[in-house]
Amino acid sequence: MIPAAFEYYRPKDMAGVLSILEEHGDDARVMAGGHSLIPMMKLRMADVPHLIDLQDVGGMSDIAVTADSIRIGAMVTQHDIIDHDGLASAAPILREAALQIADPQVRYMGTVGGNVANGDPGNDMPGLMQCLDAAFTVVGAEGERDIPARDFYEAAYMTAREDEEVLTAVMIPAPQGGYAYEKQKRKIGDYATAAAAVQIVKDGGSCVSASIAMTNLSDTPIYSEDAGAALVGTSVDDAAIKAAIAAMLGDIDPTEDNRGPVAFKKHVAGVILRRAIERAWSRA
Amino acid sequence: MSKKQHYTITVNGKEEEFLAEPRELLIYTLRERLNITGPHIGCETSHCGACTVTIDGKSVKACTMFVAQADGKGITTIEGIGGPDDLHPLQNAFKEHHGLQCGYCTPGMITRATKLLEENPNPTEEEIRFGMAGNICRCTGYQNIVKSIQAAAAEMSAAKEAAE
Repeated sequence: MIPAAFEYYRPKDMAGVLSILEEHGDDARVMAGGHSLIPMMKLRMADVPHLIDLQDVGGMSDIAVTADSIRIGAMVTQHDIIDHDGLASAAPILREAALQIADPQVRYMGTVGGNVANGDPGNDMPGLMQCLDAAFTVVGAEGERDIPARDFYEAAYMTAREDEEVLTAVMIPAPQGGYAYEKQKRKIGDYATAAAAVQIVKDGGSCVSASIAMTNLSDTPIYSEDAGAALVGTSVDDAAIKAAIAAMLGDIDPTEDNRGPVAFKKHVAGVILRRAIERAWSRA
Repeated sequence: MSKKQHYTITVNGKEEEFLAEPRELLIYTLRERLNITGPHIGCETSHCGACTVTIDGKSVKACTMFVAQADGKGITTIEGIGGPDDLHPLQNAFKEHHGLQCGYCTPGMITRATKLLEENPNPTEEEIRFGMAGNICRCTGYQNIVKSIQAAAAEMSAAKEAAE
């Protein structure tokens, strides 16, 4: 498996990255850990004449946790997420999700930035970031801007990031309440047949807010506002969970592939969301 | 066609300089250019872990890294972990506990396990299975691999205590 030839760049700073992007436009791609891009290049499904390796660009490997928010640099790996004590208490859903991504070797290389920027509907972090109402910081020749995760994904591999922009960080408002990231996969390393990210806030025995997003059940992650709304004001009993599942099923649009036919995927989506809601509620 | 570039990587403590195209996968650099054939090519699609090496303290599948990315880095392969005359405790444990049958996955298994035990010197069975999940074996059913790693962990811990 030999990818097509490319020019390789390892700039030392973001200015260097942006100037290469400006020169070569969509013939250039940035690479973080490479564990999505390199397999695609080996299969020759991605053609990258100019490959920009971000490993020497500083300032994107930090995790900063404050009382109100969390900032994760784009080059932070899944392994870093799992290993970070402050993050495990501030946003335990991140660790729970990262542990279900790929395998140990891939988690040493695979980054948060690559996972959210790639636009692959199979990636777990995009749905998770929609659940958490995160924003992505991108930088380009015109400067920086923040894009809400819920507005970022347009179609498979199509995002609101322009070709000449680089995603540098993920900003997450400090999550509240109970959480769960539930994922059904065929084996270690597989993408989800269905996955659900849930955060629920409980007050006096009833749900005061709920956020629900689904992975790999459409050509983008799906933030289901209606599914969350179905839980609010309830005691998250069976009727409320059924209503949330029905709302979620109205928002997803799975397609048949080697993980099963549409009816099966919808069934699994319902099972997974129920488990995620029940676990999040038990922790709320 | 991109031109060959000059690269320097240090493998098992030995500095190697050579010319290669950036797109060359690190596993081919190791095996075919440097004749370091411990890391194997199993699936070549980052699933099986037979090509696992250690780079900058990370277990990495050498089939999913371009040589250009590894330029300037230090790499440890199974050859740098132990040899026939001075087996690493993991190598010895795999031998003693039948942690291998055909042996194809073994270099990757042991290389990965060195890193696992470095991060977690006394892992539970579950932690071993989870920490070794990126390495596939089609012979052993994994049971004896887990036993081997448990035995090596116990021996290494005992040796460390004795040294202190």
